[in-house]
Amino acid sequence: MNDKLLDIEDLRVSFHIPEGVARAVDGVNFNLAPGETIGLVGESGCGKSVTALSILGLIPSPPGKIESGKILFNGQNLLDFDLERLRKIRGRDISMIFQEPMTSLNPVLSIGRQVAEPLMTHQGLSRAAAFKKAADWLDYVKIPAAAKRLNDYPHQLSGGMRQRVMIAMAMVCGPKLLIADEPTTALDVTIQAQILSLMVRLKEELEMSLLLITHDLGVVAQMASRVVVMYAGQIVEEAGVVDLFDYPFHPYTQGLLKSVPRAVRSGEQIKRLNEIKGTVPPLTQMIVGCKFADRCRHSFQLCREKQPTLFRIKNGHRARCWLKEHPERRRDNV
Amino acid sequence: MSDGPLLTIVDIVKHFPLGGGVLAKPRGWVKAVDGVSFAVSRGESFGLVGESGCGKTTLGRLILRLIEPTDGRIEFDGQDIFSLSPAELMPLRRRMQIIFQDPYSSLDPRMKVDAIITEPLRAIQRLTRRQRQDTAAELLEKVGLQKADLDKYPHEFSGGQRQRIGIARALCVRPELIVADEPVSALDVSIQAQVINLIQDLKDEFNLAYVFISHDLSVVEHICDRIAVMYLGTIIELATTEEFSHAPRHPYTRALLQAVPLPDPHRRTEPFAMDGDVPSPIDPPSGCSFHPRCPYKFERCALETPLLVEATPNHFVACWLNQGHGLNIDD
Repeated sequence: MNDKLLDIEDLRVSFHIPEGVARAVDGVNFNLAPGETIGLVGESGCGKSVTALSILGLIPSPPGKIESGKILFNGQNLLDFDLERLRKIRGRDISMIFQEPMTSLNPVLSIGRQVAEPLMTHQGLSRAAAFKKAADWLDYVKIPAAAKRLNDYPHQLSGGMRQRVMIAMAMVCGPKLLIADEPTTALDVTIQAQILSLMVRLKEELEMSLLLITHDLGVVAQMASRVVVMYAGQIVEEAGVVDLFDYPFHPYTQGLLKSVPRAVRSGEQIKRLNEIKGTVPPLTQMIVGCKFADRCRHSFQLCREKQPTLFRIKNGHRARCWLKEHPERRRDNV
Repeated sequence: MSDGPLLTIVDIVKHFPLGGGVLAKPRGWVKAVDGVSFAVSRGESFGLVGESGCGKTTLGRLILRLIEPTDGRIEFDGQDIFSLSPAELMPLRRRMQIIFQDPYSSLDPRMKVDAIITEPLRAIQRLTRRQRQDTAAELLEKVGLQKADLDKYPHEFSGGQRQRIGIARALCVRPELIVADEPVSALDVSIQAQVINLIQDLKDEFNLAYVFISHDLSVVEHICDRIAVMYLGTIIELATTEEFSHAPRHPYTRALLQAVPLPDPHRRTEPFAMDGDVPSPIDPPSGCSFHPRCPYKFERCALETPLLVEATPNHFVACWLNQGHGLNIDD
């Protein structure tokens, strides 16, 4: 059996906009094993969503363009697929759920029809059989009185309910990979808890892999087994979840972890939050050297001259930082 | 200036009509805020938390008299703000300001930064161009921007920088109270930290009182001295941050706290999945409005509405458990 369900190799995606060429994804490599959950984290514009959209061929083109790289799914390069072959994959082998459940459901189709559609398309089920199965799935994701709600339209449901419908839609064909792009960001915290525990349960029962894209470090810590941190289109650190939270290597990861206010019940109050000075550079800017150098408190001359590669810190832990080669340059922690 | 609290809210109510029109009768009422009372002292950070639709934003707008109440009273420094004429209200307006959630829609795209920042002051007094520039430059420096930014337009700034401009605008008239409505929710983590630190520094420097509205419990716990939890238009618990975090008495508060995913992979907890959604504020449930979702409910909860009572000193809760004192720590 293949130990890599998904293998992304040197993916580069750019957007040709009036301001210039924005390198949204600038050489991304990572892979995902069957049954694994990877958390892809980073701030707005770091390229995490663009990476995810590339997998299913959803980059709007123009202005977007996949410049180079490979996206291997079960050993086949999805970037070589034509639309017809991609359609056979979408919703059957790979599904995606989006942040905004209001805009990603079709407002003029009943929810039963939307959940049944992948079954009719991919499995050739009859309308009646597909609706029957759709009702089972809506029940499974805990939509109350599911069978009666098949004919409801998205506007009749609350935000949490819509996200459940999205999940049912994504799951009906039993995909091997689910891509969830900020699945709970638009939801209230008690509803977020419901959706996260639903996703954990489904993942365990169906043995699928999960690529979870989020900016919420709490969600990552609770859900992921491995974490990939992106900054300005590149991976800056990748590690097992415990290593990443206990021994972050990259100054950006360290800064991020110290900049979130901690819940009092976590028992580790921080009096003053750590700030990462400055802002993310525009993606159109050509940067020689490390893209984080301007905001980094450890940066030295080499950082501005040459871009660091992803150095191996230890097994399964990589970081894009010259401090690996020059540990003496790391300033003491404040 | 009186010695009493800076802000006193007494049984404030705001119902919005549903449908209807100029002549038609409304089909019903959205009970956005349904009888809320509390007081905020000078220099205090008061947090208001709750999920979407609980009425926290409406309450923030009432405090500034941006909307008129259906019933109830709000006093600022001893003066009833709803009984004042617009002219009488003006001197109070400069003592209370607001910071909005969305740094993109809350700044006029056609105004330059110096005009945006000094607008509250120009509403009150005439300023020469020189005075305007000087005041704006001083404020920009306070919020961590530069004098060179004075002549720029909002689109030239990032989200975090725009929020700093919004804060500078609020500070312009040297207010005593700032209502901050989700001021950091739209910002990225690293930028959020910058703005939170700024909000805290300014509080110390100007002895500001905040009414800090947010759905993010960790942010509120970090900033505020006291916290009130709202559910369907009413306050169901009010306590010091310490008590709120360690000894919450209302089952809803406890559920909220446990629903926050901790950024610590060593402490993976099954998220406390409370069933159901927040009911509609048009037709709230009978008795305690939380009872349909409450794991501790008993007969009385559906029949009678619990009042906010002081269970322990300075810790108020509206819950029928333990003779109206809510949960104890070991329940």
